[in-house]
Amino acid sequence: MEVWRGFMKNALDIAWLVPFFPLLGFLINGLGRKVLSKSLISIVGCGVVLASFVLSIWIFWQVKNGNTFVASYFDFISVRSLHVPFAFQVDQLSAIFLLIITGVGFLIHVYSTSYMHEETSEHFGRYFSYLNLFIFSMLLLVMGANYTIMFIGWEGVGLCSYLLIGYWFKNTEYNKAANKAFIMNRIGDLGFLIAIFWIISKVGTTNFSDVFASTNSFSPSEITIITLLLFVGATGKSAQIPLYTWLPDAMAGPTPVSALIHAATMVTAGIYMIARSNALYSLSELSMNVVAIVGLATSILAATIALKQHDIKKVLAYSTVSQLGYMFLALGVGAYSTGVFHVMTHAFFKALLFLAAGSVIHAMGGEQDIRKMGGLNRLKITSITFLVGCIAIAGVPPFSGFFSKDAILLAAFEHNKILYAVALFGAILTAYYMFRLFVLTFTGKFRGTEEQQHHLHESPPAMTIVLVILAILSVIGGLIGIPDVIMKGGDKLTEFLAPVIPVRVEEAVSSSTEISLMALSSGLVVVAIIVAWFRFRKYEFKPSKGLGKVLENKWYVDEFYDAIIVKPLNKLGEILNEGLEKSGIDALVNGIGRAVQYGGRQLRWLQSGQVGSYVLLMVVSIVLFFVLQFFLRK
Amino acid sequence: MPVNYYIFLSIALFVIGIIGVLTRRNAIIIFMCIELMLNAVNLMLVAFSKMHHLANAAKDASAGIDGQLFVFFIMVVAAAEVSVGLAIIVMMYRNIHSVDVNFLNRLKH
Repeated sequence: MEVWRGFMKNALDIAWLVPFFPLLGFLINGLGRKVLSKSLISIVGCGVVLASFVLSIWIFWQVKNGNTFVASYFDFISVRSLHVPFAFQVDQLSAIFLLIITGVGFLIHVYSTSYMHEETSEHFGRYFSYLNLFIFSMLLLVMGANYTIMFIGWEGVGLCSYLLIGYWFKNTEYNKAANKAFIMNRIGDLGFLIAIFWIISKVGTTNFSDVFASTNSFSPSEITIITLLLFVGATGKSAQIPLYTWLPDAMAGPTPVSALIHAATMVTAGIYMIARSNALYSLSELSMNVVAIVGLATSILAATIALKQHDIKKVLAYSTVSQLGYMFLALGVGAYSTGVFHVMTHAFFKALLFLAAGSVIHAMGGEQDIRKMGGLNRLKITSITFLVGCIAIAGVPPFSGFFSKDAILLAAFEHNKILYAVALFGAILTAYYMFRLFVLTFTGKFRGTEEQQHHLHESPPAMTIVLVILAILSVIGGLIGIPDVIMKGGDKLTEFLAPVIPVRVEEAVSSSTEISLMALSSGLVVVAIIVAWFRFRKYEFKPSKGLGKVLENKWYVDEFYDAIIVKPLNKLGEILNEGLEKSGIDALVNGIGRAVQYGGRQLRWLQSGQVGSYVLLMVVSIVLFFVLQFFLRK
Repeated sequence: MPVNYYIFLSIALFVIGIIGVLTRRNAIIIFMCIELMLNAVNLMLVAFSKMHHLANAAKDASAGIDGQLFVFFIMVVAAAEVSVGLAIIVMMYRNIHSVDVNFLNRLKH
């Protein structure tokens, strides 16, 4: 027993193995992609994430028993009085995220082995090495015990998203999408970076525990500015207004990558960061309001756009943006644990939806336009699991989405009735567009080509098993956060997170109000589902007009950005190129070269080869020298 | 004898040397002119050395001796130079059957 306990204690120090395994997988697959066979790559790629997952479960168990710790490995930066240790923090919040990242990440890896099977083995290896690096970066992000380590992971996921979105690098459009994702993320990162520097200048450290313990060394306005700057970083990574447009374009990557970006990694980083910094945010009401309002606005905007998209992945992408908005709303009204709860349930059903969509795309031979689908319910497992995902995201009880979304709505209601009303409207839209997607894709007549119809088939087991697992999680995932009204002490998650995220002091909302709010939202959601079902069962596609056209074109936000930022920047670049570069710098450099050449040509005549002329020159110059000396001395 | 006379003589010799080098084309005459210039310098050194010695002999018996030492150096260098230079001139004559330096503008190539 004593030995066992000793092992337990030491074993907590091996937390660094969790991110180390994916890094190892990245190195093996990345370096050996030309020699390893596909099956070996699959085993390595999935195996390392599975290893991390097993370790994460174990760590979670430890944390549940109260063993939280910060493990410092070495000094990462050491400059005079500033010491940034390379340290990992394992506590309730990071343990939950570890489980989500490695668990859902592992399922996506398994799915990928089958989905990407047609790639050549070299590209297959490249794909898995990127995937592993992605998991590694995300683990670094959530395990870092200070903002600096978090920032390394933060940049790492940005890089990996770039690499994976542009995975099919021969397509220029995909490369542009990858660039867009990277650049938009960088804009947000700048805000994050400034916030970090600000924190360092004030408290001289970036360690979470030290920063949160010395919040009184900030003035209130500084806290507001720092938290807003952190939020700028979060809007970039988690796709909120105004930096959300990269996420729908990120659909250029392979479908499992979309699932990874949207469910397990990347976009949840912003939520994690704010939940982690809750001690700072709680001190600034302004920042909280900004977070809530931006989140809500994003969620409504994205939901309206999703109503009119024709690309199956685009609809899901906008629904992610919209759901992320909900999470920010939860954070903004102070319900941090609810935000984390929604991250978790969203990870299940959004991974499910994306992977099921991938299965559909696989069956359709690469077709993504839902106008050419329909009647796909012959893909039994895919259609059923997709339906489960839709119900979960719509928030029908007792699926997972119901609990998390309802908790957010309730928190919004306690905070402000207007927020609640708008959020409820968003929830109805969510149910409506998700079932529009489902009905158009899986019911009715098949609208594709003969050839596609002939080709239709259910995906291989590696894909369908993953779908089934995720479907089960989507159904039961909400049970860890049952509100008190329904079951006393049912909100296990909030209880679990309490050491990291102080439990909110609930404003008095009577349980009868709470029940009726739940009934109201569920009722409206069900009505939206029924309306969508009957409206789109036999839907004729017509070119849309008016508002529909605006929505189809995503409120022209991309065009707007293009007009106010991209075009002026290009124009400025052109002007600088013509004016400064060509006629300024180039002229100067070339001018020097030409002057030297001209001078050389002229001076060449001095070197005649006549010894007499050389001597004459010598004599003349010596005489000149003496004459000058003579006069200058006076 | 005042040192001025020596100075004027050696300037005259030196200028004759320069003018000879500049105007004549025969390599041997140019050579002789160079010797003339070297000797002008030697004369000057000896003259100044003597002057210096006369002025400071009371304090230092060997005053000004270094000027005369230099003269020997120059004479040695001149002898070496003559041996090399004459050899070059001989080779030159063998090759182009002339000692006219203006034929030798191939140096620039």
